Amino acid sequence: MRGGNRFLAAAVLAIITAVALAQVVQNEYFFFASYVVLQFVVLATAWNILGGYAGYVNFGSGAFFAVGAYTAVALIKAIDAPLILQLVAAFVLSGLLGFGVGALTLRLRGIFFSIATVAVAVICETAVVNWRFVGGSRGLAILQPAAPLWFESYTRFLFVVMALIAVLAVALARYIQISWIGRGLRAIRDDEDAAECAGVPTLKLKLAAAALSGALMGVAGAPFPLYMSFIEPTSAFSLNYAVSALAMPIIGGTSSWVGPVIGAVLLASVQQIVTVTVSSELNVLVVGVLLVGFVVAAPEGLLGLTARLARRSGLARASIRTPGDDTGQHPRVAEAPTDAGRP
Amino acid sequence: MTASVLAVRGVCKRFGGFAALSGVSLQVRPTERLGIIGPNGSGKTTLINCISGSARADAGSIDFNGVDITRLPAHRRAHLGMARSFQIPRPFFSLSAAENVLVPIEYVRHRGSLHGARDRREAMALLEQMGLADKADLPAGALPQVDLRKLELARAMAANPTLLLLDEVMAGLSSAEVDEVLDIVLTLNQQGVSIIMIEHIMRAIMRFSQRVVCLDAGQIVAEGTPAEVAEHPEVRRIYLGA
Repeated sequence: MRGGNRFLAAAVLAIITAVALAQVVQNEYFFFASYVVLQFVVLATAWNILGGYAGYVNFGSGAFFAVGAYTAVALIKAIDAPLILQLVAAFVLSGLLGFGVGALTLRLRGIFFSIATVAVAVICETAVVNWRFVGGSRGLAILQPAAPLWFESYTRFLFVVMALIAVLAVALARYIQISWIGRGLRAIRDDEDAAECAGVPTLKLKLAAAALSGALMGVAGAPFPLYMSFIEPTSAFSLNYAVSALAMPIIGGTSSWVGPVIGAVLLASVQQIVTVTVSSELNVLVVGVLLVGFVVAAPEGLLGLTARLARRSGLARASIRTPGDDTGQHPRVAEAPTDAGRP
Repeated sequence: MTASVLAVRGVCKRFGGFAALSGVSLQVRPTERLGIIGPNGSGKTTLINCISGSARADAGSIDFNGVDITRLPAHRRAHLGMARSFQIPRPFFSLSAAENVLVPIEYVRHRGSLHGARDRREAMALLEQMGLADKADLPAGALPQVDLRKLELARAMAANPTLLLLDEVMAGLSSAEVDEVLDIVLTLNQQGVSIIMIEHIMRAIMRFSQRVVCLDAGQIVAEGTPAEVAEHPEVRRIYLGA
């Protein structure tokens, strides 16, 4: 598998780069900002496993992120747990939450899952606001531990950790996409009845995707309290996570693992720049405006847009034409079966 | 009684106050070709849906190769060796033709084994058999109607079924295309697959069927050889109003 080797090389290179940057770059803000970008790579990639491949939209990504964050907080307060334990626990709990929401709603097709995710976000936030142990609505300050050996600061360490998580999440999403699992999920998105009749255990597959997607969102949120040195519900459950988690894959392109990565790097970077240069309130507006723009003008995201442009310029040269190329869209079946041949 | 591939006993299906099927019973023997005819709304597609698992029967039972499948979800029935096509082709539009065929190969034929290269070879062989080899990499959404019909057949056959349910695979096709698809279907039958086919095109059903069942208002009103059913007074009344 040449593609597989190339991906592995790129993944290793990405991790080495992150470690090297943590040693070389002087400006501490670089790590503060890059951490956020990487965190959104994980969130967007996680969202896309269910939302992009299988077509079930999660509006409550913020809840899964915050459940991860508050799992970490609870563990820090209770037993002063090490980061790795926080990550594992966040993975498990957020995964269970994803599985639970799925088990309640994924038997039904359509929007019921999406509606439930909105409800989950409200329920989780209310629960946390009323949970004194983790700080309730007033929040909780958390002391960053001493920076581990080889690292100048704890933020640099968290930056490398998040880079590692991002690479693992993307590798997982890529494996799912190119394997039989991804084909099954895309079959579900295209036609769930037909997928069932082709032998795809649709419910099982949807549940697995919901659990994994939720679990990865939780992992994205787990280092958040240590990164901020502070946690409070409004920022942990921020609408920004829910909006960005779905805007980034849609803007990048949901059909491939590359889409969420491109969307997240692009959008999160723009957000960081806008936060610094203009205002921190405006950055959500940027996401919203871009999302609307893409949904209207390029519903298949940047990936679809570039493919369409490439095809158009390629058409001028190549003589091979396939039906549907002109519009860039696949014509749906136009003819309904007729009863013409009836005796 | 010889062992039958499929035994439907007293199946009923209601949609609100409308009885789509009321007490339908039929049997399919190994390698048999059974044709189902009947006017629109007589319950043909509902019957196929109940057999394939796309809908659940309200009453009655369905045995498939000796297993009671009345309550099994559709994918379990597929794993047991049942495959179907849809009245309006329902390919996975965003997947390529080859991937459409790969889905049942990966989920039924070689479930749980990981041999990407072999799976792809077998998918290509099936597309070849249907005359779609040169379109393997096109998205299914870009295929014309006759190719979609063939793709439905290829996808159904990819599951290695012992029973194939065909719901108007020839609707909307030209006369030459009808013969082309019919030849494919008959070849599949010679490979040992039992087939139930719903069809409005009389010429096709006459050439295809060993036995024909006529449904009307959710009940079987006639059964026999194609010639017998065509002469049956009830069938003549339904179709000719005489």
